[in-house]
Amino acid sequence: MDTATPARVRVLFFARYAELVGRSEVAVSLPLPATVGDVVRRVRQDFPGGQALPERPLAAVNLKQAKLEARVQDGDEVALLPPIAGG
Amino acid sequence: MRNAELNEMSYLTRAPISLDALLAEVSSPACGGTCLFLGTVRDGPDEHGVTAIEYSAYEEMVEAEFGRLLADARDRWPEARIAVRHRLGTIPVGEASIAIVAAAPHRAQAFEACRYVIEEVKRRVPVWKKELRVDGSEIWVDPSGRPIPHPAHG
Repeated sequence: MDTATPARVRVLFFARYAELVGRSEVAVSLPLPATVGDVVRRVRQDFPGGQALPERPLAAVNLKQAKLEARVQDGDEVALLPPIAGG
Repeated sequence: MRNAELNEMSYLTRAPISLDALLAEVSSPACGGTCLFLGTVRDGPDEHGVTAIEYSAYEEMVEAEFGRLLADARDRWPEARIAVRHRLGTIPVGEASIAIVAAAPHRAQAFEACRYVIEEVKRRVPVWKKELRVDGSEIWVDPSGRPIPHPAHG
């Protein structure tokens, strides 16, 4: 991966988070290397309602829970997950 | 996978959960014990007039996570046969939101595997619930803390 190329990441919001930002999905471009935490910061800065999201939400990358320190790659799907309440 | 594409191989359903179908999935002559866990929508003394719960999910991840979770369970209890369904959408009080069946040669493994699956679901499977109350209010349920009030609408 050419680190000079910005990565384009799809960010999904669910449940209460989707209500806070008023949408269920945004696209974010950011320079590599980048982490899930960088994606969260970008979303909180760039989108209306983003500030209402927690700074350290539960997150998943490509359908698997990931730490905020995990690296993201171009084309990744990053999901911000409110506290899980299934069952 | 989106709602319209949910098929019978999915761990998710929007219809009432069929226990007969789940039990049939795990039935085996080699299994002498079958444990069934049902999670049902509750309106107890602490719930302040819940009429239903609206369940939503990151559906693609739920499918993937259930796959991983059941693989973990199979590693722990290789002889157990396990099936699970989580229902989504608006579920009235008293109806099941999740059903887990675990069958094993002996009852201990069936109980243990069933317990393991529900505890892991609570920890890992991305499903959310919003309580719908008699007074028209709606509350996101946050198991890690207090319920979060949400303005009623429409």
